[in-house]
Amino acid sequence: MTSAANSCFHCGQPLPTHGHYAVTIDNAVQPMCCPGCQAVAQAIVDNHLSDYYRYRTANSGTARELVPEALQKIAVYDNPKLQAQFVITTDDPKIQQTSLILEGIVCAACVWLSEKHIQHLAGVVEFRVNYTTHRAFLQWDSSLIKLSEILQAISAIGYLAHPLDAQRQEEVFKRERARALRRLAIAGLGSMQVMMLAVALYAGSYAGIDTELAHFFRWVSMLMATPVVLYSAWPFYLAAWRDVRVRQLGMDVPVALSLILAYVASLWATLTQQGDIYFDSITMFIFFLLSGRYLEMQARHRAGDTAEAMVKLIPAMATRLAANDQEEIIPVSELAPGERVRIKPGETVPADGVITAGRSSVDESLLTGESVPQSRTRGDRVIGGSTNIESPLEMTVEKVGQDTVLAAIQQLLDRAQREKPSLAKLADQVASYFVLAILIFAAVVALSWWRIEPGQMLWVVVSVLVVSCPCALSLATPVALVAATNRLMKLGILTTRGHAIETLSRVTHVVFDKTGTLTYGHLQLDSVVISGPLDLARCLALATALERGSEHPLAKAMLSSATTPMLAVNDLLAVPGQGMQGEIDGVRYRIGRLEYSKPENISCEIDATRVQTRIILADPTQVLAVFYFQDRLREEAAAAVQGLRDLGVEVMLLSGDRTAVVEQVAHAIGITQWSGELTPSDKVARVEQLQQQGHVVAMIGDGINDAPVLARAQVSLAMGKGTQLAQNSADMVLLSERLPHVPLAIALSRRTLRIIRENLSWAVLYNVSALPLAAMGFITPWMAGIGMSASSLLVVLNALRLSRVENTAVPLANGTITLSSAAKA
Amino acid sequence: MTILYLLIPLGLILLGIAVWAFMWAVRSGQFEDMEGAAHRMLMDDDDPRVPHSQPSKPPLPRDDK
Repeated sequence: MTSAANSCFHCGQPLPTHGHYAVTIDNAVQPMCCPGCQAVAQAIVDNHLSDYYRYRTANSGTARELVPEALQKIAVYDNPKLQAQFVITTDDPKIQQTSLILEGIVCAACVWLSEKHIQHLAGVVEFRVNYTTHRAFLQWDSSLIKLSEILQAISAIGYLAHPLDAQRQEEVFKRERARALRRLAIAGLGSMQVMMLAVALYAGSYAGIDTELAHFFRWVSMLMATPVVLYSAWPFYLAAWRDVRVRQLGMDVPVALSLILAYVASLWATLTQQGDIYFDSITMFIFFLLSGRYLEMQARHRAGDTAEAMVKLIPAMATRLAANDQEEIIPVSELAPGERVRIKPGETVPADGVITAGRSSVDESLLTGESVPQSRTRGDRVIGGSTNIESPLEMTVEKVGQDTVLAAIQQLLDRAQREKPSLAKLADQVASYFVLAILIFAAVVALSWWRIEPGQMLWVVVSVLVVSCPCALSLATPVALVAATNRLMKLGILTTRGHAIETLSRVTHVVFDKTGTLTYGHLQLDSVVISGPLDLARCLALATALERGSEHPLAKAMLSSATTPMLAVNDLLAVPGQGMQGEIDGVRYRIGRLEYSKPENISCEIDATRVQTRIILADPTQVLAVFYFQDRLREEAAAAVQGLRDLGVEVMLLSGDRTAVVEQVAHAIGITQWSGELTPSDKVARVEQLQQQGHVVAMIGDGINDAPVLARAQVSLAMGKGTQLAQNSADMVLLSERLPHVPLAIALSRRTLRIIRENLSWAVLYNVSALPLAAMGFITPWMAGIGMSASSLLVVLNALRLSRVENTAVPLANGTITLSSAAKA
Repeated sequence: MTILYLLIPLGLILLGIAVWAFMWAVRSGQFEDMEGAAHRMLMDDDDPRVPHSQPSKPPLPRDDK
């Protein structure tokens, strides 16, 4: 993908209007959008890896936000207590290995780039990336290089790597996949051979064949069909047996029954040399069914992999203070009430407690939905799970584990999940009636033929079962769901629960959370008030230059809005919790809190009515500018709301933030039904109220406080950068974080349901018309086989139309949605 | 047609070999990454005659330093 002149060469985002960042790549100066992309591109060029830009087929992810956040947490991965969770030591105690998840892999060139770059590090034994799963296998010599250094090197070229618990599901999935592949291969090879002989036999019965030879062919067919029936089809027998034991008739029961009957009948025919053989039909039937199940399993694994990728082993570590103020890093689970902990800026508060020293602002947005950080000082309470923003805090732990606010929300979530209306059961019930009907019909046919002509009974019953063989029927729904799931995955929507697509298609109300969902969930530069002689551009340039060295979240927000070239700063000094100072062009500037930056004896008028977080830039004589920060609205939010309206879905906004802020957001994007200052249980109550009126509610949220309501809604979507808890309780995860994908997903799910209905009606139609013929003995086994295959193929092809839905692109720039296919739905 | 009595058992033996080869492929993880290998072979940057992997000019001085 080539980048246009006005977009970043690295990530393809539009260039800032005033900024100028560039890197020389292969003798050409290429524009960059931000310092992050510039740093990443420079690192790639410096390591002689600029080939990456020739090989890649998609733009890289933007490095704007990734770098500072990544750097913060990486060092913790060297902690031996944490490493014990995911690092395996090989026979050589120095050599260690782990699995990493790489974020930001968009094309094969990314794999090439990261492999090249990391393999060249001294101490790395092996680094191999799996392009399909975006996982990397890493082996390194711990005496030469530290894990954090490797992770750091990966982030230098623009990817985010974090370790994953290798033991967990990876091995299980791998074994399951290998077993399914083996069964599929046996079925495939076996059915081909049997089919070849079957063609000879059919031709022979038409043109005449030597009896000896026909007999030989039958024996060979039996020989080859036996492993298919006994080995490949084993899962069907197991599933059928399980169904029978719990007295629930699933599709596997008639499948297993017809397989066994047809096989035994064919065996009998071969041994006694009379009657027909069905080996070709049953092997092909098994092969088709296994193929369908294999595809289904792969989609499920892929979803599982992606879900697992989000289970970052976020270091749940706390800094405990001993009596002599000695710091000790321990897992949060070892904390006890009464202990003192230190929380550095950017860290998560490990438990509920009271502040004993320090003064800072704390971001509780994930817990309460409150978008503006709250000021907290000595004696104030802080909630576990919130983030310390400004300066170090010391606190005494009051509650841990089950007693914390976080745990209370978790309990609310558990209850909501238990009470979740279960739809899947209903579908099973319907299927089981259908199966029962088929079995009863087969029994009736058997009885009738027993009276008419006992010798023919077995053959007719087998014919009935093969013809009514619920192959198409049992493929109809899963194949369509798999196709839709894959299609959604390509849009960046991960489906984690089976019922999600079905429920999404019936949605009447979409409820949004505000902080982190409709907005970005973190502070961004909102407005600047100039109070000195310098103009806006100069003030911004000064501020970003000063803040460059700071790890403070506001500094990062400032930097991400930087549009001008960096000024050189001399004598840069950071005062933790207060601000920064430095000399630029001979003048000493300060930036930070009002008390810190403001020159003494100078009064400064700050608009006290503004609630936003602010920092002040000043020179020794006067205040130059006040920067206000605010959580910004996602650009595409209004388009998403409009898209939902077009689909006839009602949109609501339920937030924990203050009513005034919620009102502002609701107006900005055109939501008419909104409420603010809601607790998690209020939100659940609101959704329940809607459900009692018979509405189907989809909830979209990101925070811990949204988790219960996400679980309560019939179907829910969590944001990709949202909290773990929210993602666990949601049915789908919006990895792309692009809100217009929500109406797209609803449109797609409606299409899917239509295709499922088409498939089911075809399958039922086929069965209903073929059954009487088979029951009367008109259908020979090969006819039944062809009919079964054709109807299965039709169902599969129909479902595959879903993966080729055209015109579902959502252009980023103007935020409009193209829903040509949705309009039809 | 008597030759079939020889050819079909021969076919069975070949089938056995095919099954064994497939089992080996599954066991050795050949199906783990179906996409990566196809791309990997195109990126043959180990050819010393290809010059563009070396920077021919120092990067432009950046104005933030």
